[in-house]
Amino acid sequence: MSVTDRQARAYINGQAADMRVNVELETEEGMTLNLGPQHPATHGTLRVIAKLDGEQVVWADIAPGYMHRGYEKLCEVRTYPQVTTLVNRIDWLGSFANEVPFILAAEQLMDIEAPPRAKYIRTILFEMARVANIVLFLGDLGVQLGAVTPAFYAFRDREHVLDQIESVTGGRFHPNFDRIGGLKDDLPKGWIADTKAVMERMRTFCDEIEDLLFGNEIFEARTRGVGVIPADLALSYGLSGANARASGIDWDLRRDTKVGLAHDDVDWRVWTHPDGDSFARCWVRLQETREATKIVDQLCDKLPGGPIMAKVPRIIKVPAGEAYVATENPLGEMGYYVVSKGDLGPFRVKIRTASFSNVSVLPWLLKGVYVPDIITILASLYFILGDIDR
Amino acid sequence: MQRAWPERPAAQQQERESMSDTTDADVAEATGTNGAAEATEEQGPRDEAREAHLAVFTDALGDRVLGSHILVGHDLWVRVDRATWVEAVELARTKLGCTFFDFLSAIDWMPSPWGRYEDALLDESSTGAGIPAVDPSTIQQGFAGGETRFQVFARLANVRSQASVVIKVDLPDDDLSLATLTGLYAGANWHERECWEMYGITFDGHPGLRHLYLPGAFEGHPLRKDFPLVARMVKPWPGIVDVEPMPESDDPEADPEAEPAPDEETAAGDAVEATTADQASTGEEGTQ
Repeated sequence: MSVTDRQARAYINGQAADMRVNVELETEEGMTLNLGPQHPATHGTLRVIAKLDGEQVVWADIAPGYMHRGYEKLCEVRTYPQVTTLVNRIDWLGSFANEVPFILAAEQLMDIEAPPRAKYIRTILFEMARVANIVLFLGDLGVQLGAVTPAFYAFRDREHVLDQIESVTGGRFHPNFDRIGGLKDDLPKGWIADTKAVMERMRTFCDEIEDLLFGNEIFEARTRGVGVIPADLALSYGLSGANARASGIDWDLRRDTKVGLAHDDVDWRVWTHPDGDSFARCWVRLQETREATKIVDQLCDKLPGGPIMAKVPRIIKVPAGEAYVATENPLGEMGYYVVSKGDLGPFRVKIRTASFSNVSVLPWLLKGVYVPDIITILASLYFILGDIDR
Repeated sequence: MQRAWPERPAAQQQERESMSDTTDADVAEATGTNGAAEATEEQGPRDEAREAHLAVFTDALGDRVLGSHILVGHDLWVRVDRATWVEAVELARTKLGCTFFDFLSAIDWMPSPWGRYEDALLDESSTGAGIPAVDPSTIQQGFAGGETRFQVFARLANVRSQASVVIKVDLPDDDLSLATLTGLYAGANWHERECWEMYGITFDGHPGLRHLYLPGAFEGHPLRKDFPLVARMVKPWPGIVDVEPMPESDDPEADPEAEPAPDEETAAGDAVEATTADQASTGEEGTQ
């Protein structure tokens, strides 16, 4: 069976389930299954409501909002430097990556550029946030399928990455380290050698996970051909990051846009997978983790000298204007649409998070799948609740 | 719906150098992508690419394009009238190939009646007696202009050529409704639901405008500027200390009433150390 057939069949299945929905809703028959808001498979407080016909889902809806913190409103009453503290908490597994697009948007409005060394360190921490984030995904994936061991490996090895982030920024989870015009501090002594050792270790971890999970018969049976997202549908739903690349969309903001990070100076690859199923999403993320470790290694070798802070005014007032800057965060495209009126703080910040769009495909995707596959699909889409609810 | 994306062999890796080959389908758009590296030196090609994108809108819609703005090397803004909203978005999708639905949201351009809650002078008249009046003439819109308090904007992108456009539309205060985009982009569903509950803007033809984040019985529209941030009403934000000059600072640039950033940029280089330390303490305060 070719790829096209599988994708086409999944699409037809979805359409068929769509037809049945009307019947279900009219008659109010069948069973309604409520997953969450406190279900382990939902990674937090996400509620999945599924109407079942036997074991098959005929209609599904997602109820987010259990953790909505109103960051867009809160940003309006903070000054620009204060906003990074808030946005750290959006995708809490890769916190540093949340700060970067906001800072870049503010820098674009102010028309200043960080010095090369700051750009490099920014990119290093950006990619380390990706490693710390996706490593946990790879471990968690096993748990969702009944294999507990990878989770322990993931937590054990992620700690090394967090240690490195902590020794630079002072925070394991919420660095709050990025500044308009540069960074708060330089790297500590001996950090580069330690980091390269940790990156080597993370590559070993990836190999371990590949041996443990990706060659596993049960894993393949549970993920291959499950939750197929066609490419055009992925784009229409705004799927980004590894979820889009797993549907064959060759698009990576690190490569395709020039946002002021140092990804252009190193040699790395964008991996795609044509299948669009759960396996493809996991596989692409595994490769991305490897690429991220390579990026960190190369940037550490090439790290230029010089200042880590551009010349910025003592009081940061951002000139009036609008800017949208997005970066390729661990979960996908994350962007900030910042409207400034020349004030100390932003007038309006629209936060475009990856998980929000990624999860919005679920009502379509869950139609026609079987109950155990809900768990696999939720895990493979990989969302962080803070990233949906903001 | 047809599958428009070409097949790729399994585990294909796209060498980043080969990007220029993959994007040569559309000359104008490819210029926009690949010219990015040179954009800092010469801005001509980038401008032309975005002007070509803008021409797509002006040619097809004529004077129904009410305003536009090109930020060289970054983005294109187009403002259309309300009746043309869906047509303009469809144009972006078909002519510019913007099949990626980035986001949709709204802006309330009215200045907040409570300012930025910095004054810490919230007496009874402002907390107890409803919403302070705002002079409508103080409303000032951003890029591509505008005439009304509420604007809806959506960003669409082409993932191959990196063409992108932000389309804005004005909504009159007495009729906050707009045609839905769910027929064009399935992903517009959640964005419109969020916009509806946060701004009270209804989307005609939307398959189910239900609350997304807020509880069903919630009253009001939180992201409107006249919706108070109750936490600040109860207790003024300690962050106000950050905008006051430091006691030991002799730097005249530290005056909060000083000119905005561009003028200070060149002069305040030696204040960098102080800035970084100051921001660090800001972060700590925000956490607690």
